[in-house]
Amino acid sequence: MSVSKPLPHDAARMHVTGAARYVDDIPSPAGTLHLAFGLSPIARGHITGMHLTDAQHSPGVAAVMTAKGLPFSNDVSPSIHDEPLLAAGTVNYVGQPVFLVVADSHRNARIAARKGKVDYREEPALLTLDAALAAGSRFEEGPRVYRKGDAAAAIGAAPRTVEGTFELGGQEHFYLEGQAAMAWPQEDGGMHVFSSTQHPTEIQHKVADAIGLPMHAVRVETRRMGGGFGGKESQGNALAVACAVAARLTGKPCKMRYDRDDDMVITGKRHAFRITYRAGFDGDGRLQGVEFLHLVDCGWAQDLSLPVADRAMLHSDNAYLIPNIRIESHRLRTNRQSATAYRGFGGPQGMVGIERVMDHIAHDLGMDPAELRRRNYYAPMQSPDAPPGAPQDTSGAPPDPDADLASRGAPAQPAEPSPPPKGVQTTPYHMPVEDFILHELTAELLKTSDYAKRRQAVREWNKGRTHLKRGIAFSPVKFGISFTLTHLNQAGALVHVYQDGSVHLNHGGTEMGQGLFQKVAQVAASRFGIPLEKVKITATDTGKVPNTSATAASSGSDLNGMAVKAACDTIRDRMAEHLALHHQARPGDVVFENGQVRIGQDVMSFDKAAAACYQGRVSLSATGFYKTPKVEWDRIKGQGRPFYYFAYGAAVTEVAVDALTGENRILRCDILHDAGASLNPALDIGQIEGGYVQGAGWLTTEELVWDGAGRLRTHAPSTYKIPACSDRPDVFNVKLWDGQNREDTIYRSKAVGEPPFMLGISAWLALSGAVSAFGDAYPALNAPATAEEIWRAIRRVRDGI
Amino acid sequence: MALTFRLNGEEVCIPDADPSATLLDWLREERGLTGTKEGCNEGDCGACTVMVTDGRGSRALNACILFLPQLNGKSVRTVEGAAGPDGTLHPVQQAMVDHHGSQCGFCTPGFIMSMVTAHANGATDFDDQLAGNLCRCTGYAPIIRAAEAAKDAPVPDWITRDRPVEPGAQPLMPQSADELADLYQQNPEATLIAGATDVGLWVTKQLRRLPQMIFLDRCADLKDIEVTDSAVRIGAMADLNRLRMAVEPLHPSFAGMLRRFASQQVRAAATVGGNIANGSPIGDTPPALIALDATLHLRHGARRRELPLEAFFLDYGKQDRQPGEFVEAVSFPRQPDTLRVYKLSKRFDQDISAVLGAFNVTVVNGTVTAARIAFGGMAGIPKRAAHVEAALTGQSWTRAAITAACAAFERDFTPMDDMRASAEYRMGTAKNLLLRYFDELNGTPVSVLEVTS
Repeated sequence: MSVSKPLPHDAARMHVTGAARYVDDIPSPAGTLHLAFGLSPIARGHITGMHLTDAQHSPGVAAVMTAKGLPFSNDVSPSIHDEPLLAAGTVNYVGQPVFLVVADSHRNARIAARKGKVDYREEPALLTLDAALAAGSRFEEGPRVYRKGDAAAAIGAAPRTVEGTFELGGQEHFYLEGQAAMAWPQEDGGMHVFSSTQHPTEIQHKVADAIGLPMHAVRVETRRMGGGFGGKESQGNALAVACAVAARLTGKPCKMRYDRDDDMVITGKRHAFRITYRAGFDGDGRLQGVEFLHLVDCGWAQDLSLPVADRAMLHSDNAYLIPNIRIESHRLRTNRQSATAYRGFGGPQGMVGIERVMDHIAHDLGMDPAELRRRNYYAPMQSPDAPPGAPQDTSGAPPDPDADLASRGAPAQPAEPSPPPKGVQTTPYHMPVEDFILHELTAELLKTSDYAKRRQAVREWNKGRTHLKRGIAFSPVKFGISFTLTHLNQAGALVHVYQDGSVHLNHGGTEMGQGLFQKVAQVAASRFGIPLEKVKITATDTGKVPNTSATAASSGSDLNGMAVKAACDTIRDRMAEHLALHHQARPGDVVFENGQVRIGQDVMSFDKAAAACYQGRVSLSATGFYKTPKVEWDRIKGQGRPFYYFAYGAAVTEVAVDALTGENRILRCDILHDAGASLNPALDIGQIEGGYVQGAGWLTTEELVWDGAGRLRTHAPSTYKIPACSDRPDVFNVKLWDGQNREDTIYRSKAVGEPPFMLGISAWLALSGAVSAFGDAYPALNAPATAEEIWRAIRRVRDGI
Repeated sequence: MALTFRLNGEEVCIPDADPSATLLDWLREERGLTGTKEGCNEGDCGACTVMVTDGRGSRALNACILFLPQLNGKSVRTVEGAAGPDGTLHPVQQAMVDHHGSQCGFCTPGFIMSMVTAHANGATDFDDQLAGNLCRCTGYAPIIRAAEAAKDAPVPDWITRDRPVEPGAQPLMPQSADELADLYQQNPEATLIAGATDVGLWVTKQLRRLPQMIFLDRCADLKDIEVTDSAVRIGAMADLNRLRMAVEPLHPSFAGMLRRFASQQVRAAATVGGNIANGSPIGDTPPALIALDATLHLRHGARRRELPLEAFFLDYGKQDRQPGEFVEAVSFPRQPDTLRVYKLSKRFDQDISAVLGAFNVTVVNGTVTAARIAFGGMAGIPKRAAHVEAALTGQSWTRAAITAACAAFERDFTPMDDMRASAEYRMGTAKNLLLRYFDELNGTPVSVLEVTS
């Protein structure tokens, strides 16, 4: 069977030869025009005049468009229509698109865009969380609060407490392929759009609205992205819509790609948080109560901030049973880029909060932080093989037919959550934790990483040293899998078997490097019992599979794998029925394996079987559909089952720091991660290694800096530092946990896109440990822990500065 | 201008090249070779890496900031030419497939060409060879596994066959320092193009037009590095990888800093003369050279003059260079090696310095007899810490004296806050680097880079 094999990425050979095409590589027809935005240089103000003549007369310019010239909707928001394609009247951040240049080349468009002059009446901008809070500038009517028990009382009664506040910076996606789109006007006014997007249906919807046509007039294709990480869930809307309106205006194909600096200045990033915590615990380190205050920098537009901030709250427990907890979350509106989806979707921020608390408590008690964590774990899974419950129908009429229903920014439908089973431990949002495997997984990792011995060795090593110290830390991950907007947990697929036995497959997921296409092809090959080479996947296409959710929330394989399985099984059943009839067998006796079809005593190749079915007038094409069972969630009450299951993992990281300069590096990392019964161990390990390094980068070198005028100063790889080759751990041991999903997912696998990102938290905790070796005070690290932050923390700990 | 070079084995003649066109744009837009990617358009991500071969060997270069005339007479290989003519994958390509070295694949062509070049050169210091290629998906581990797996495979013959060609004759490409001196004297407004690692960004980011460009690449005599018993003389057009090799046996700490200077691709293009003439306060070679008591050799037509390197930097963006005058060489005396160069940046590899400190203190019988200390990132220019030097000189070489001298930093520098570091961090670590220097000369390990698990 193809599933579970460590096969290379489906496009690996095309990647290494340069043949793999990204949007900007698609050969464009003669006469194709190129677009660039003119950007706001100020953080907040009113547009009082526009002087675009110089831009219009710049060489090669075909048109300059402003908000007034747009034919229909001026909206690229994935949520509450608060994000115009081109600024209408007001600007709200430095980098906001104000006008659009259409020219004969990418360079000419960029040159012309700098010639447009716009007058503004400036207003005081809200550039900090404090300023936004003071001004009451927020999304939603007030803070969201989730609670379980009485946290304040529990903390008040606890023998010991810790408290603190820290800053947790955002993160630039730095997908290597910048945002890009191309639109071809069609003969009937429709539009064929190529977009580097994680969400073709969203692009289709926004483009349709912008050119005043139904969704059927817009076809969106995405073969692959050069990285997404959440940054292409909603941020591609502007380019695709701009191309479509320009193509409609000029009748020519239009293409747009952001220059890297523009990309970083215009698009949203991971949400920055300030987290305040207070925790009460007993002398053994057992948590009694925890309070969190999240101040979330959402930037200027709502985008996906509500579900991001929700997910941060939903991961404020991480792996720990917290009997009393209160989480208060303020979604603040500032005059910065509109923060957006980024791998983990708020989960990492919430998880850093509770891991910080655990680190602080361990320091306070002088206890082994790994032991402290284990003491607070949820109870182990009771019956790993318990059958999953029956699927429940969670569909229902949407509240608003005009809403952007396929986006995570869509309004949620209130749900009436079922009460959790008695006697089962529940999360702060009252979901039972029934698949908890971290006790066993942790024991295994601590053993294989030689944690106890190395922790002792680090302490010994540190004793004789003034400037250099090492640190080692363990951290676990429990990450909830499913879209928290319940209705998005659905997927479709389209499978054709041709008369020669070759198979063509489409599904709603997009390929951004994660290997989704290969995993899904492995599923199809397994269902038909044929070699993988016989299965071909082509670009994700809204004309083939409609109404898809974003490839996001780690859900790609879970949802699309199941949809493809359903489609394949429909065809297989039809074939079996036909073949059985002609071979005097029962359909149940027809077996598809090893490239052959066995019908009782008779055996024929799959190819011959396909030809026979064709000749027998059997439909060899089918759609498949899947919706995730069991999930139901009320985000306002903070109650229900937002997640189908949890994915688990754990890491041990060792680091070294230098007190003189704050320089630091990761020396070694050991990871054990739960991908269920992996569909493809090689691809899953790739997600884990890459996720860890990206997560560690977020918390160490990746610092976003804005100046006092709201201008992003780190807008290129020269100033924004993602990990480079030598930043990966010298010793990097990554293994998959040998298990399977308790729930009935595709071949009992688990989602793996986001969870490993949070293993990088162990690097930040190891730095905290190394810093704490310089003195008695708690390091209280902010994130990212840059060399400068480490330098400052060591001075605090050692010198009390 | 008319250019001739080889592209993936075939000779290409461009009769009327725009001299400010980049190789990347030309490959993608004119030739339809879209395998080479634009990731940042400023030489920091490596997605556009190509292999360029000339008489001095093969180098990986960033196509996004490589002007077409810089290729005149050379051989260029892009990712489309990495595999053999019959489609046989290059060993590094096969290893990248086998070891799962690509995920989204966008950085992959650049990695492949860095790996093809390293493989052709027999280089196996992969962390350094690949420091200029950013990958956001894999965490690099599988890429390094692939590089290791392919390192012993023979270099394919389609790679070894890469040869330079007869360049198109070019009036704006002088063949020697003498020709350059004449040409520049007659065209003092022209922009000199050495490696284009900085000027390239004037075109790709500032969108400037450069009315007249003089390309220095063919001035072979400016590329020499001469090491005699008394001095080291570095031609202005020596690239930084060659500088690194030349100073490795003399001043290994300098070479160690150069290992972290930008990336393999940028060092292969960037020149010593460019790094000086450009006058950046955060250029990394000037402080090190100043600490070595370097002399700058300038030339204007037939007239030559020399001055201490530190005297060249007058003020931010202002150097002691007349129109039509150019840097011909920089030299420093041979000396016992007491130089240590410390580069502080957010990321170890391929990052611009927040602070760069170069220390060269002479201690005789326990007393400091001479001190040359210079910094980058601490002022508007590369600058000596004259007050610190004075505070040390004549003192005994003790921790107490060092600590006392640290106060003098406040008189030498008023650093600034920016996105790389705060003024406080710059000042605090500048002082600490002096302590580090003292420790290191006394044999104490000082760098986290030397710590292993």
